[in-house]
Amino acid sequence: MPKLKLEDLARIRDEARRATLLREGAGRVKVIVHMGTCGIAAGGRKVMEAVLREVEERNLRDVMVTIAGCAGLCSREPMATVEVLGEAPVKYVELTEGKVKEIFSEHVVGGKIAEQYALAVGSERTH
Amino acid sequence: MAYRMHLMVCAGTGCVSNRSLEVRDALQKELLKRGLEDEIQVVTTGCNGFCGVGPLMVVHPDGIFYQQLTPKEIPLLVEEHFLKGRPVPRLMYTPPEAPTPLPKMSDIPFFSRQRLVALRNRGLIDPEKIEEYIARDGYTAFAKALTQMTPEGIIAEVKRAGLRGRGGAGFITGVKWEKVRNARGEPKYIICNGDEGDPGAFMDRSIFESDPHSVIEGMLIGARAMGASHGVVYIRNEYPLAVQRILIAIDQAREYGLLGENILDSGMDFDLSVTRGAGAFVCGEETALIASVEGRLGDPRARPPYPAEYGLWGKPTCINNVETWANVSPIITQGAEWYREIGTETSKGTKVFSLVGKINNTGLVEVPMGITLRELIYDIGGGIPDGKKFKAVQTGGPSGGCIPAGMMDQPIVYETRAEKRTVSEALDLPIDYESLTEVGSMMGSGGMVVMDEDTCMVDVARYFLAFTQDESCGACTPCREGTMLMLNILTKITNGHGTMDDLRALEEIAWIVKQTSLCGLGKTAPNPVLTTLRYFRDEYLAHIEAHKCPAHVCRELNTYTIDPVVCVERGHGCGVCKRECPEKAIFGEKKQPHRIDPALCRKCGVCVDVCHFDAVIVD
Repeated sequence: MPKLKLEDLARIRDEARRATLLREGAGRVKVIVHMGTCGIAAGGRKVMEAVLREVEERNLRDVMVTIAGCAGLCSREPMATVEVLGEAPVKYVELTEGKVKEIFSEHVVGGKIAEQYALAVGSERTH
Repeated sequence: MAYRMHLMVCAGTGCVSNRSLEVRDALQKELLKRGLEDEIQVVTTGCNGFCGVGPLMVVHPDGIFYQQLTPKEIPLLVEEHFLKGRPVPRLMYTPPEAPTPLPKMSDIPFFSRQRLVALRNRGLIDPEKIEEYIARDGYTAFAKALTQMTPEGIIAEVKRAGLRGRGGAGFITGVKWEKVRNARGEPKYIICNGDEGDPGAFMDRSIFESDPHSVIEGMLIGARAMGASHGVVYIRNEYPLAVQRILIAIDQAREYGLLGENILDSGMDFDLSVTRGAGAFVCGEETALIASVEGRLGDPRARPPYPAEYGLWGKPTCINNVETWANVSPIITQGAEWYREIGTETSKGTKVFSLVGKINNTGLVEVPMGITLRELIYDIGGGIPDGKKFKAVQTGGPSGGCIPAGMMDQPIVYETRAEKRTVSEALDLPIDYESLTEVGSMMGSGGMVVMDEDTCMVDVARYFLAFTQDESCGACTPCREGTMLMLNILTKITNGHGTMDDLRALEEIAWIVKQTSLCGLGKTAPNPVLTTLRYFRDEYLAHIEAHKCPAHVCRELNTYTIDPVVCVERGHGCGVCKRECPEKAIFGEKKQPHRIDPALCRKCGVCVDVCHFDAVIVD
């Protein structure tokens, strides 16, 4: 390991930070892939892999990817919910790898909901 | 592919002894089996703090807290939570009296009421990877101190912040640094005191195990401020994991050129070496520690001259406690004014406490100064187990003293000498260096042993005296002879042979030892005696005059009798006690009430342990 200069410290911090940011629970966008039995059966694992690839390839540091159980609409699986900080969550249905790519371009990075693939905005009432 | 989930598995000494590494191995195996090894990262961290419920794990980004894990539950956990997204309530923490578990760590009062400064990185990084320390802004404080501040500026900042020595004496750190900077002599040394000899204290161990770089960075900043060229980390040998982690951290820092010559191209030279203690409590005392580093016997010497003038190898030396060093970087990064906002007027910042003894939430906590003892023990500590009554808390290890229930509502703060208050029963006791000293206990390095109604305070004093008597180096007469005399008297009292003359002698000897001993060990060894005499004198009198131990701990003073009604009606004269009694002191026939012959009874207590019907009365 070469001896550090001041700039190196900042560079290492930024690189390492990408990996550990996850632990601080902060992030601008949260992508929840639904992985109930229905989700997994419909191909949710492939969708998950596609999501993770997008995060990696686009070098996104403020996007958290997590999983949840069945959202309730089993017939439209695979599903994912995109939550941008401060905005209502958006549910996307019948996902494929290609759609994931577009959703990332338009919504996650671009900030505009990809309406052609969205089911609804918001969440159902729980009480 | 980036990881989408991090599993922070606690690998502090407590959890490791509880086999947390087996849990980690089970996790890795299961993740591999499920094909999740590229999505989910398993990270071993240092001590998480909630030691009482280990082995434990925190799942990020959700922040979900799992406790008391065994390898057996891992396959279910992986399938349910990590694959299907359904966290497992059965493995979460449920507070006593609560109906449902609390999934998120940030909702659990034990954690949410803490304020982490020295322990800022705990549970969030792998302590054996310097990159993770750097990711959390590690070494940026040092970079700032090196390139944007002058040594005098650094000292002024640390002084203004009001940081006080966390090893127990509470001396103002910035003032010590200034003394060392201004002292004449080269080279100058800095030392990290990681001896942590107090029984029940493990704050320093945790810092080494979870975040060793925080200490290294603090020392680098100190070295720049004081002009020191070499530092020594003194760490007790009984902490193998801590020793391992600090050695790895130093190696990694050296590889990166953060230790050695021409650090960060600035021309600064500084390196660290590690000296391991050889098992003597007295070596936590600064002059004895220095002797030990020099290879001499750990005998303390009189002061002045203080180590700041004449220390290691006769040169100006700054010794600070581990926790003190760990507090330096945040002060530099966020400024003295930020630090001053935490704590109270005379006690700035936070303090790490080890909460042990009769308490529900055993573990390590960091709280702002100014919190009351009551909040610490009930809100964070979860109160006393089995519904028992709180009796006293022993602060500061064998150098400390006992604080009774009546003082529980005082905030933990520093006070200036001018503001000394009178202490009365209903007061709120601030856990403050001054008021605690006034009450009769040194705040100490942070060990807090909680005691309930089943603790005998005389026995507690005896226990601590046995420790300090054994650890006394023997150099000065008051401590060498005095601790032995006090121990003998206390043993006599707990055996039921104490007299009022013994009590008077005990108190007199205690004051003499306190005032005339050469070093801190002797000066503070009588504290447990003096505080228990002050607040629990009635227990001493019960032992001496009534020949009774109110807590039933001192066996010689107990009488054991069998309740004949319970024995027959519930136990049907089962005869188990008669069979188990080693002295054959119990008589009675089957189905008849049994009785104990007091003349033969050795008071061993076996009959109490074996009776299924609680028929034996201890008085």
